Amino acid sequence: MVKRKYCDMISRSKPGPGDGGNTGSWRVMRPVINLEACIPVKTKKNSCFNCWLYCPDCVVSKTIPPVINYEYCKGCGICAEECPTGAISMVAEATPVTEEK
Amino acid sequence: MHIIEAGNVAAAIGVKLSRAQVIAAYPITPQTPLTEKLSEFVESGELEAQYIPVESEHSAMAVCIAASTAGARAFTATSANGLLYMVEQLHWAVGARLPVVMCVANRGIGAPWTVWNDQQDTISQRDVGWIQLYCNDHQQIIDSVIKAFKLAQTVSVPVMVCYDGYLLSHTYMPFEQPEQSKVDAFLPAFTPKHFLDPENPGNFNTVTLPDIRLDVDGIMAPGYIEIRHNLQEDLRAALDTYVTIDKEFEKEFGRGGNPFVEEYKCEDAEFVAVCIGSLSYQLRDVVDIMRDDQVKIGVMGVQMYRPFPDQAITQALAGKKCVIVFEKALSYGNQGALYADIKSALYSSEKKPRIHNYILGLGGREIKTQHLLDALAESCTTPDTFGDSPRWIGLKLQE
Ligand code: SF4
Ligand code: SF4
Repeated sequence: MVKRKYCDMISRSKPGPGDGGNTGSWRVMRPVINLEACIPVKTKKNSCFNCWLYCPDCVVSKTIPPVINYEYCKGCGICAEECPTGAISMVAEATPVTEEK
Repeated sequence: MHIIEAGNVAAAIGVKLSRAQVIAAYPITPQTPLTEKLSEFVESGELEAQYIPVESEHSAMAVCIAASTAGARAFTATSANGLLYMVEQLHWAVGARLPVVMCVANRGIGAPWTVWNDQQDTISQRDVGWIQLYCNDHQQIIDSVIKAFKLAQTVSVPVMVCYDGYLLSHTYMPFEQPEQSKVDAFLPAFTPKHFLDPENPGNFNTVTLPDIRLDVDGIMAPGYIEIRHNLQEDLRAALDTYVTIDKEFEKEFGRGGNPFVEEYKCEDAEFVAVCIGSLSYQLRDVVDIMRDDQVKIGVMGVQMYRPFPDQAITQALAGKKCVIVFEKALSYGNQGALYADIKSALYSSEKKPRIHNYILGLGGREIKTQHLLDALAESCTTPDTFGDSPRWIGLKLQE
């Protein structure tokens, strides 16, 4: 009998930006952080980071200030929903946005 | 230890001996006594497991999927429309390669409503990818459950253990209950290859793209078709693995040796009746009667239907004069599914037997020994095929 290595191929990956493909191309609404209202920026402390924690595509950095990777941000708006200070607003992609570049 | 109990209880004891850790089930006739027995075992502390009552069969399988993904030995059981209600989750469990074990007490499917036995429920799930084992008596039920857990965790494919509703689930028969220590040696605790582990976070079964692609670590990740091809290859290899598991079981418990088909008086037979489940034991009586009249006939019960043991079946049937396939299920608009599978297995053999198909017992219609005798007598004396359409036994059509 040939000994086979069973179950050698499943869909398993590490959570991380780009795991779902080029999800940035899905985006219709773009999350924009108002840094003046952002807790870690205001307190200069590693605190809150709800956006980092809840982003399903792991595209928000846990840094001061938090930075969104628009290459893979799919625009779901979960970060805006979870931000306790309302610092994140969802802006229509069709509107030219230049500030956060 | 020898005991006399119902088939459902034999299954429950098998699950207890296998030390299932999570059980989720929704009661449905004729499976209900099995889940009741298991909840008693959990309640009394005889079985250390989480028993999760759910509001539907879909949820039962969803719980098993979750538990199995976390690395637990998960079990459920159902029948007929309950099985159909979990179909979406059945596909998920096998695609996710989870070693869930499920008993199905075979019952006809509504509409029209029926609670009696046939095998349309599980036969209609043959293409899902689950391994399907079928039992002929209570001993095979308890043994198959234990082997099923071993097979499932070895090949990472879920296994259905099927037995005829009422005919086996509710009748009482003597059977040997294996010793716990021996079952523990045969079926040790296991760690699955892939499971939810907070130390090693992972995404499971997220969207796969039509093509292969680099994952976040820069490693080439398979696409959907590669993963599905791998499942098919594993299922084909599972045939060999099941032979090994069956041999191991036989060494430990002294029972086994027929992992794929169980033959009765087939060796010198010119005619072989083939079926799935308890009917094969009823057919033995018919074979004995015909043997008294010098008809060289035997009967073969198919014990594993998926993956299909085509080589074992070809070996057993090639060169016979006539193969007569009795089925309690139908691929509607075509023929019996087993009949079609056996025909296709025999296609490449040099000495193709004639092959006949009979449909019987749907919705619990009583199967009379005389009817089987008449059908077999006709098949043995008809020098040709009947054409490819199945013949129906025991129909009462008003002229
Ligand atoms: S919208 Fe926010 S939560 Fe959604 S993907 Fe973009 S950054 Fe992540
Ligand atoms: S959730 Fe809002 S306040 Fe908290 S870190 Fe993110 S943007 Fe700042």
